[in-house]
Amino acid sequence: MRETVISIKDITKRFGDFTAVNNMSFDVYKGEIFGFLGANGAGKTTAMRMLCGLSYPTSGSGIVAGYDVMNEGERIKRHIGYMSQRFSLYNDLTVWENMRLFAGIYGLSSKETQERSMDLLNELNFTSSKDALVGSLPLGWKQKLSFVIATIHDPEIIFLDEPTGGVDPITRRQFWEMIYKAADKGTTIFVTTHYMDEAEYCSRVSIMVDGVIKALDTPMCLKQQFGVQTIDEVFRILARDAKRGGQ
Amino acid sequence: MNYITMRTFIVLFQKEFLQIKRNSFLPKLIVAFPILVMLLMPLIMTMDVKNVNISIVDMDRSSVSRRIMSHIEASDYFTLKQETTEYYFAMESLTKGDVDVIIMIPNDFEQDMMMSVPKRISIVANAVNATKGGIGMQYAIQSIMYSLKELRGERGPINVSDIITVENRYNPTLNYRHYMIPALMIILFILICGFLPALSIVGEKENGTIEQINVTPVSRFVFTLSKLVPYWIIGLFVLTIAMLVARLVYGLAPLDSIGAIYFGAVLFILTISGFSLTIANFSETMQQTMFVMFFFIMVFMLLSGLLTPIDSMPEWAQRFTLILPPRYFVEILRSIYLKGATIAELWVNFAALGLFAVIFNSLAAITYRKRV
Repeated sequence: MRETVISIKDITKRFGDFTAVNNMSFDVYKGEIFGFLGANGAGKTTAMRMLCGLSYPTSGSGIVAGYDVMNEGERIKRHIGYMSQRFSLYNDLTVWENMRLFAGIYGLSSKETQERSMDLLNELNFTSSKDALVGSLPLGWKQKLSFVIATIHDPEIIFLDEPTGGVDPITRRQFWEMIYKAADKGTTIFVTTHYMDEAEYCSRVSIMVDGVIKALDTPMCLKQQFGVQTIDEVFRILARDAKRGGQ
Repeated sequence: MNYITMRTFIVLFQKEFLQIKRNSFLPKLIVAFPILVMLLMPLIMTMDVKNVNISIVDMDRSSVSRRIMSHIEASDYFTLKQETTEYYFAMESLTKGDVDVIIMIPNDFEQDMMMSVPKRISIVANAVNATKGGIGMQYAIQSIMYSLKELRGERGPINVSDIITVENRYNPTLNYRHYMIPALMIILFILICGFLPALSIVGEKENGTIEQINVTPVSRFVFTLSKLVPYWIIGLFVLTIAMLVARLVYGLAPLDSIGAIYFGAVLFILTISGFSLTIANFSETMQQTMFVMFFFIMVFMLLSGLLTPIDSMPEWAQRFTLILPPRYFVEILRSIYLKGATIAELWVNFAALGLFAVIFNSLAAITYRKRV
C-alpha cells in the first residue's frame, strides 16, 4: 500500500445556499501527479483552497501532509507549496528579493536562502535575471518563477492552480518537465488544468462536475472505462450534464 | 520570539521598506507632505484678526476719548474708518459692512470718571463673521483698558473697577498658529500612519499577493506587525520634520521635554495605525477603505478639538469626544508645547492613548483572517 499524503472524507463547502463542493472524498499518494480537472465553476479552486488551509470546510474531515484540515491549517501550510491561478508574487520586487522573502518566511537562514535560490535560478537558467523586477518578466517566466518559489522550502505537496494558463506551448512543455522532476524526487503534485493533453501526463486524474467528483482513476483506466481514445472525450461526456459554469 | 518568527519578521519588514522605496510617489510624499503642510497651512489657516474696521462715536469729545481714539489708530489690528458724534451714522456703516466694530464713548465720560462711576463705553460688533467680530471686540476692549490704565497711572486712583480684566494665558499673543500647529501634526499622523498602511494591506488584497502570504505559515501577528512598523518609523520621522519646521519657521518650541512628545506620538501612531488596519481587514477594495477612512478622519478632525475647542461643544458631543483618540493627543501636544506640562500631569491622556493602542492593535490582529 502506498503512503497517503492527502486523505479527504465527505468535505463540503457552502457559500450561503450555494454548495461549491459537495461531499468530496479522495486520497492522494506520495509522489504522484494528481490531476484535478473540471469545467469553470465546478469547484476546483474552492476544493484546493480548503486543502491549503485558505478556506474552512463547512463539514467533513481530511488530512493533508499529516495534519487535520479543520483545525491544523497553519501546520499544513508549513509542508505545502501553493501556486495560485492568479500571479501573486510581488511585481515591485526583484526575482531575488521575492525568493529571499518567501525563503525567509519558511524560516530558511540567509545562507540556506542564498544556496537554495542559486540552485533554483541555475536550474531555470535565470541567474542573469536575478535582479530584474518581477513585474517586467514575460508571463511564461513569471509562471516558472512562481513554481520555483512555491517549492523553495522543499514542501511535501505542491498545489498548482492552472499553472499553465495563457502560457506558450514551449514554456508549457518546460513547465511539465519541472513538475516531473519534482515528482521524481518524491514531491506530490496536485494540479488543476484545462488542457486535456496535460491531463494525460498525470498519474491519476479526477474529473469534477458541479462540486462533485464524477470520475477518478489513471488516464488509461478512465479511457477504457468510457471506451474513448482521449481524456478530452472523457471530460466531454462527463461535463455534458453540468449545470454550472455556463456549459 | 523564536528564530523563525524573527527571521520571518525581518524579511517581511525588508520587503515592506523596499516596496515603499520603489513606489514612484510615496517617498516624495513622506518628505514633502509634512514640510508643505507645516509651512503653508499655518499661514493660511490663521484666525488672527487684522484690519478690524472701527467706527468711533465720540459724544464726550474729551482728552480721555481722544486718548482712546489715538490708541485705536496706532494699533496694527484696527483701521479707524469713521469718526462721528452720531450713533446713527456708525450703525449705518456697520449695516453696510464698512465697519466691523463700533466703539461708543458716552457724554461726559471723562467727567463722570473723575467723579464717580462713569457711564459705560459700549462696543457693538458685527458678528456675521463671528470670529472677526468676536476677536475684534476683544481687541477693542484690550485697547480701551490700556488707555484707561494709562490715565489711571497719570491721574491717581480712579474708579474703573467694573471694567473686566482680560488676559490670555499660555498663548499670550492669542497666536492662532500656536494653537494650530499641534493640530496639523496630528492630521499628518492620521494621513501618513493611518491611510498608508491601510492602503498597503488592501493593495495586497487587490493584487492577490496577500493570498501567497496567507498560504504560508506566517502568523497574522507577525504579518500585521511587519505592515505597521515601517509606518511607525516614518511617522516619527515626519514628527521630527514637523517639529523642526515649527521651531525654525514659527519659533514654536515645546516648553517641556521633547521625550514626552515622542512618547505621546508613539502611542498615537500605534493607535491610529492599528485602527486603520482594522478598517483594511474589513475592506476588499481601495475605494472602500478610502471612503470609510475618510468618514472617520472627518469625525477625528472636526470633533476631537483639533480645530475648535471641545469646551464650546454641546454637552453630549463633549462626552462623545472621550472615545476619539486624537482628542487625547492634541491635548498632550498643546499642553506640552504651550503650557510646559509634564507626563505626570498628563498621565490620564497618556493612559487613554495607551489603552486605545492596545485595543486597536489587538482588533487589527484578530480581524486579519488568513482563512475564510
